[in-house]
Amino acid sequence: MELTLLWTIARRELREALHNKWLWFFAVGLAALGLALSQAGMSAAGYAGLGGFGRTAASLVNALLLFVPLIGLIVGAATVAGDRESGALLYLLAQPVSKAEVFFGKALGAALAVVAALGLGFGLAGMGLAFAGDTNTTAYLAMAGSVLLLALACLGLGFMISTLTRKAATASGAALILWLGLVFLGDLGLVGATLSLRPTPATLLSMLLLNPLQVFKLSAIYNLHSALDVLGPVGQYAVYHYGDRLPLVLTGLLLGWIVLSFATAYILFARKGDS
Amino acid sequence: MESQINPRILAHSVSKSYKKLHVLQNVSFEAVPGEALALWGANGAGKTTLLKAILGLIEFEGQVLVNGCDVRRQGKLARTYIGYVPQEFVFYDMQVIEAMLFYARLKKIPASRIPPLLDRLELTEHAGKAVSALSGGLRQRLALAVALLADPPVLILDEPMANLDARARREYLAVMLGLRNEGKTILFASHRFEEVNYLANQLLVLVPGQPAEALDIDALRRRYLPELNLVLWIAEERRPAALSCLQSEGFHAHLNGRGTVVVTVAEERKMVPFEMLQACQIPVLNFEVEEVQAWN
Repeated sequence: MELTLLWTIARRELREALHNKWLWFFAVGLAALGLALSQAGMSAAGYAGLGGFGRTAASLVNALLLFVPLIGLIVGAATVAGDRESGALLYLLAQPVSKAEVFFGKALGAALAVVAALGLGFGLAGMGLAFAGDTNTTAYLAMAGSVLLLALACLGLGFMISTLTRKAATASGAALILWLGLVFLGDLGLVGATLSLRPTPATLLSMLLLNPLQVFKLSAIYNLHSALDVLGPVGQYAVYHYGDRLPLVLTGLLLGWIVLSFATAYILFARKGDS
Repeated sequence: MESQINPRILAHSVSKSYKKLHVLQNVSFEAVPGEALALWGANGAGKTTLLKAILGLIEFEGQVLVNGCDVRRQGKLARTYIGYVPQEFVFYDMQVIEAMLFYARLKKIPASRIPPLLDRLELTEHAGKAVSALSGGLRQRLALAVALLADPPVLILDEPMANLDARARREYLAVMLGLRNEGKTILFASHRFEEVNYLANQLLVLVPGQPAEALDIDALRRRYLPELNLVLWIAEERRPAALSCLQSEGFHAHLNGRGTVVVTVAEERKMVPFEMLQACQIPVLNFEVEEVQAWN
């Protein structure tokens, strides 16, 4: 794999992705949300034991759980399928480049676009929080890091969808369904499983960790509070079982989701090419 | 006598199936420098599939060598010898010059090669325009400019003139003929007889579900173009009379959307409608001949 070719494709993809108006809509929305939450004081945040920055950030976590997967999934879903539909992918693959250079170039470009959008959103929100005197830089950066990992994991899932579909509209539809599944049905499924199966905290934690959104939620809340007792027995079990290693485990899981989703997407891409 | 020149493209027993559908069956051919090989066939006959196989983009049975490189094992290297032009040039949201620079970087070609190419293909005055603002003919010329960036010995074109008007098609064909005469090996897909007749000196006919067949132009005309359409310009007030005149002799004639009279006639009888109309004292102001393909 030649890195100069990969970078050439990544720059082109970055430019394309930055033209995606949804990306900027999300970025501005994220910033506005952060500012609004800090100004409102979030008296009804719903997380006991948190105050000041912690309260704002905990509210932000809930909003991020909706926003961030959508950014990753939508941007990822648009990449390969859109080019496949227009014929641009065939044309690109007909050049003296390998499939790996094309795939990872596109992935890098899309990832940089997502990082840019999140950076803008988090940057503006962070400035707003700082002006309001509502700040904890370390916790804020830790949350930004977790958000970035979640966005990249969802970007990888979006790429998987994109490599499997021939039309951009189909890919976007599938991305929205997956988003619904991860955000809402995942939660409902857990509640249902808890009520009907009455699993042990260990089993419930394992089920939680299968969903990258839940992993992010655990990671973000732990970073804010250094404990997960707000999540009840499952949170307490996670802290008891993993101890100080918990942040590493959660970060590792998110990294695992990134590697797994992009690796699967690449295998599918290498098999299907432009067809 | 066997060719002494090494073929630029060598395809041996290329077969490709999608589940139970045999798209390509044992296709074999070779093309040497200065040769233009046409792939002729209806939509779905496998032309694009064969081109993708030669570009090393799909799995297939058999062997394809481009400039001696096995496209399955050395696809990327093989593609350095190929300039590819698709049916419709899809560029990103770029200016002409930006698109050229992007593909020059991919092909590792210095930017200094771009101005002479734009000049040669009469694109210099359009260099600052958005690709999306170009006409279909200019866009296809740009596709050719990109394909020629690395001065490749082989050009592969997938129905490059399908969306061009008659004038743009003629200009494009003239450029292609010039490239062939310079020694480029050209492999192009087409279902237009005039393109094949003008450019190709080798012809491979692809029919769905049948083995590929090499034919000469006359054999192609006899087998696949037994009839043609005469498009006749006749004064508006005389058109009904012209239709009656032609139909009374058993010709299949009708008015098309432009109001011209269209008569379908066997190649060897193409003068008869003119004689008929002359006998009916109906002057023909102008005419065009359109080939009618057997599968239409």
